[in-house]
Amino acid sequence: MKKNLNKREINIPILTRVEGEGALNLQIEAGKITRLELAIYEPPRLFEKILEGREPNEVVDAVARICGICPVAYQMSAVHAIESCFDMAPGEWVRNMRRLFYCGEWIESHSIHVYMLAAPDFLGYSSMTDMARDYPDIVRDGMKIHSLGTRLMALLGKRAVHPVGACVGGFYHAPSLEEVHNLLVQFETCLPLAEALIPFTAKLNFPKAEHEFTAVSLHQPSEYPINEGRIQSSSGLDIDISEYMDFFQQHQVAYSTAQHSTLSGKTYLTGPLARINLNYKHIPKNIQRLLKKNQIHFPSTNMFHSIVARAVEIYYAMIESIRLMRLYVTPPESRIKLTAKAGNGYGCTEAPRGILWHYFEFAETGLVKRARIIAPTSQNLSRIEEDLRHSLEEYGLDRSDDDLRYYSEKIIRNYDPCISCATHFLRLKIERVDSQL
Amino acid sequence: MNIIKPKIAVYKFTSCDGCQLAFLNMGIELVALQEMIEIIHFPEFGISNPNISADIAFIEGSISTPQEKKRIQAIRHGSRFLITIGACATAGGIQALRNFSDVNTWVADIYPHPASLSTLKTSTAISHHVKVDFELWGCPVNSAQILNALKSLLMNATPTARRDSVCMECKRQGHICVMVTKNIPCMGPVTQTGCGAICPHAGRDCYGCYGPSENPNSQSLSRRFSNIGLSGEAITRRFRFINNQAPAFLEAGNLNEKKSK
Repeated sequence: MKKNLNKREINIPILTRVEGEGALNLQIEAGKITRLELAIYEPPRLFEKILEGREPNEVVDAVARICGICPVAYQMSAVHAIESCFDMAPGEWVRNMRRLFYCGEWIESHSIHVYMLAAPDFLGYSSMTDMARDYPDIVRDGMKIHSLGTRLMALLGKRAVHPVGACVGGFYHAPSLEEVHNLLVQFETCLPLAEALIPFTAKLNFPKAEHEFTAVSLHQPSEYPINEGRIQSSSGLDIDISEYMDFFQQHQVAYSTAQHSTLSGKTYLTGPLARINLNYKHIPKNIQRLLKKNQIHFPSTNMFHSIVARAVEIYYAMIESIRLMRLYVTPPESRIKLTAKAGNGYGCTEAPRGILWHYFEFAETGLVKRARIIAPTSQNLSRIEEDLRHSLEEYGLDRSDDDLRYYSEKIIRNYDPCISCATHFLRLKIERVDSQL
Repeated sequence: MNIIKPKIAVYKFTSCDGCQLAFLNMGIELVALQEMIEIIHFPEFGISNPNISADIAFIEGSISTPQEKKRIQAIRHGSRFLITIGACATAGGIQALRNFSDVNTWVADIYPHPASLSTLKTSTAISHHVKVDFELWGCPVNSAQILNALKSLLMNATPTARRDSVCMECKRQGHICVMVTKNIPCMGPVTQTGCGAICPHAGRDCYGCYGPSENPNSQSLSRRFSNIGLSGEAITRRFRFINNQAPAFLEAGNLNEKKSK
């Protein structure tokens, strides 16, 4: 066999502007992608084992540590799962406050993504600092919105990273009317900034990249899903959260410390674009009009519209927070009593990056016997790989390594992968094998 | 005037990314801060130069893989000051709970093909591997702690941190003691302040996320917990949590475990 392997290798030590770290290994042979591996080498922290033998409220403090960017999501999936183990029903005030708490995290997490991680991509900057020189107002507004998110998380959780306010049954404390009122005024003042974010993101220069994909999200009859609902998909799935394991499969790949996930053997998308695609009717009419005016239509199959979806969710979360803060009353009790017993339960909530599924089994002692946690990013990994395969071939594999590398990073960043969450980190390696026969 | 800005790097090891947020959460001030310092490596923020030497290296995360053991040596070699941020880098983190168990069983319980994972038996603090110049405790550390340390170093001074207890902070802020009034098993007496005593302020127990205070009397607190009605196992769990490998908490946890057997 005659061969001349003109082999080029490129290494990007670390994929930047994602939370956590990992690598992309790409092998191109005779004009085709022959290997594409999204390798996550975030070290495993073995959280499910850490939780065994713990008390219910220790779990709430522990699971926050899975992710510094979305600790509320972990706490909320956990409290819902634990309450379903113990047949607890905390009532309307707690339900509203959990929704409010979660809105804070959507605003915080999405604004980090939109302003710091993604917008520099679309506008051609390498980081927010570079972008701030030419777009000082946008960056300043973004940081204002971001700080509203962190302040809302701190209203109920005392701090935004690993908040301490939530517990099984509700919250350890209720904020005072004055605290809520002060923050409400700030939200009302900054609402136009969030509204302006929609036309800003809608006018970004999106590559035409339409791909069919299956969207998966929670769904509720009456409102945009955050803390509860049934799991639905764009291909007709409609199941109770307890049935998740019957329909979704987790599998390990040799090149990654994160487990991948499929739905009936196929890849799927979870996160803001999937949510908005499946729940567009619950988006307030004024936002729908704004989107129409800016020629963005949901459901969309253009993954780059994820940044618009995040902008919509920031604006929506601000509106929803204002509604909930206006309704605020100081409750007689901020939580119901915890009564532990043996049993098992499920919790599934919409983390900023998509559905976050928890399963807990408790022993007679009131301590955790077994826990299972499936994070949104791990569910998206197979979809990211599939997207890269399609998009890079469409983009043209004969382009320079630098172009391919840049475009790959841009595609991956659409998913806002939180690699710490995927229990597990990014680096790009392109290997070209030009077989000359 | 042209000033030479110190070069700052933020490196991540085994962690949740939460302590790096102490930088990102500064928001617009982070842009202002860059008038005084130059960020040369901070991947989450979009800047990646893993092989350039830094004047000040901030380390997030613990050492839990063979690769990390090597990487921290290289970073130490390239950095003038090395500062750990957070419970993982400073004490091994919550993931160091594996140190009390058999990690292989743990991995096998979670991953269908455990052999393809390379992980160490223990999760350990950065100081177990290299010289650490300054430690910032907390799970997570906050922006004020980072800025204080940076300010001191920019002034050519040694950074300082308060290590008095959460109890003292509660008194200063006038919070009602949850242990005295409600018999809630609070870790405040043995935990260092820096958080602002947020847990007692929310009416709940401190769970020790800022690590041991100076001169902690863990034995006395253990007796108090026992008088409140906590079992030996429950007291052990109190010490074996976020900062389970911090020497004072490790010792207290081990003592209580021995007693409860």
